[in-house]
Amino acid sequence: MKGIVSLVVKRLALGLVTIIVISLLIFVGVEALPGDLAEAILGQEATPETVAAFRKELKLDLPPHVRYFAWLGGFMKGDLGNSLANGRPIADLIGWRFANTMFLASVAAVISVPIAVILGILAALYRNTLFDKIISTITLSTISFPEFFVAYILIALFSVQIVLFPSISNINDQMPFWEKIYAIILPCLTLALVVIAHMMRQTRAAIINILASPFIEMARLKGLKNMRVIVLHAFPNALSPVINVIALNLAYLVVGVVIVEVVFVYPGLGQLLVDSVSKRDIPVVQASGLIFAATYVSLNLLADVLSIISNPRLRNPR
Amino acid sequence: MNFFKLLRQSPLSARIGIFMVLINVLAAILAPVICPYSETEVVADVWVMPNADNWLGTDHLGRDMFTRLVYGARNTIAIAFVTTILSFVVGSILGFFAATLGGWTDLGISRVVDILMAFPTLIFALMVLSVVGTGTMSLIVVIALLDSTRVFRLSRAVAMDITVMEFVEAARLRGERIWWLMRHEILPNALPPLVAEFGLRFCFVFLFIASLSFLGLGIQPPTADWGGMVRENAGAITFGIMTPLFPAACIAFLTVGVNLIVDWFLHLASGLKD
Repeated sequence: MKGIVSLVVKRLALGLVTIIVISLLIFVGVEALPGDLAEAILGQEATPETVAAFRKELKLDLPPHVRYFAWLGGFMKGDLGNSLANGRPIADLIGWRFANTMFLASVAAVISVPIAVILGILAALYRNTLFDKIISTITLSTISFPEFFVAYILIALFSVQIVLFPSISNINDQMPFWEKIYAIILPCLTLALVVIAHMMRQTRAAIINILASPFIEMARLKGLKNMRVIVLHAFPNALSPVINVIALNLAYLVVGVVIVEVVFVYPGLGQLLVDSVSKRDIPVVQASGLIFAATYVSLNLLADVLSIISNPRLRNPR
Repeated sequence: MNFFKLLRQSPLSARIGIFMVLINVLAAILAPVICPYSETEVVADVWVMPNADNWLGTDHLGRDMFTRLVYGARNTIAIAFVTTILSFVVGSILGFFAATLGGWTDLGISRVVDILMAFPTLIFALMVLSVVGTGTMSLIVVIALLDSTRVFRLSRAVAMDITVMEFVEAARLRGERIWWLMRHEILPNALPPLVAEFGLRFCFVFLFIASLSFLGLGIQPPTADWGGMVRENAGAITFGIMTPLFPAACIAFLTVGVNLIVDWFLHLASGLKD
């Protein structure tokens, strides 16, 4: 048990270091890249005086390491500075949008994880039958499709041909829970379709991998039913790769949400990020980029930790 | 010839894949010959339904959709192809270097790549593009560099296995330089897995560029490209006009085609081993 704790602590420390390096990268990246921020925003015609004033306002005249620590320190306290585009505090812009993004991603996860696992088990159970082939073909093609293609097909089907769901997912805090769910059905479905394909293929592969082991043969020879062999004998042993792939897909969900949010005009962090990039509102881009990256790294970390816990063989790395 | 023999033995799915990719490549090469109009010419009303003059209707400015799609094939595929090649050149050279030199070089490059890979690609690309500004050149360079981290991983792993072989040892003892080693000993032996990876990476880069263009941060108008065309025509869908689905379907068509070929290649590569 002590082994696990120290291993997990080590992974967590490594994750923290990664996040710090990423924050440095985000900060330095903006510094080192060609093009002066002030001139880029003010345009070519700006007089040297306005550029100087602008640099002072952004504190660009201070040395880089001072600004980095001020920025990171502010981040810890929840003070993210002000947006360049409209001067509002970034924390206000980001807070509720981030909550919306997490809401969308978690509803999609709640739908897709059980479906993917069940489909994966079924595909492994009936492998090489017509059922398996149909599922494989469908999932392979969903993987090759861009997210916005899936999204627009869903819109064309369910909000234009049959007017069933809204094609624009506008939600706000006052809406009751079920109304919110109704508003985000299509974006949720889009995300779910894409991640289900990945997770289902991995689940199937993991279970089939286990099916080659001697203890499965033993169970078969005892005369157990196929279903029982797979659900009670194979699945628990395939749990570690499955959990891993689920966590990785959750990480993907949080990032993949960017495009889906744009399609459905959903007021989330991804939409804000894309808007800010086209407006070149660098402080907002930095802040939301760091939040996305931190979420992504933490979920990947979770995947690592869970697979260490669920697979005793990984606890003693040589 | 060896290639034709392979082709004759290929499964149906691979043939379909080759056919799908060929259509796209032909459209890309022959664009000016096939198209009835020019890339940016306004020929009719906005969002005209498909008819004899405009086979797939028109887009949000009244340009011929079919023409734009064919030119889109040209621009989108060419840019994705150049990007993938650049990412392979950078990634495999660094990967081979890391594997042959080992030690601190290997450790240094590998750690940098680890950090870059811990970062979600789309977010990273968005951040970099926000600073350097959008444009085809910056798009190609940014995506190629991000993608080369994946190529680095693979080529390093493959080259690691090769560098411990006797013939590399012999070449080293002969006093060959590192660059010669990479070109004459490692590259030929690392080629098969890299070729299969090329297909996969191309798909990824292609979808990535399409996504960025869809977000309005990739290839800029009036250049026709499929991701951007979906974005421009997105409004039509609420009127029940299916125009935005055409370029999106083209993207899916090409990626499915490439994936089918890659599947066959991977199958071949694994079959040849045992």
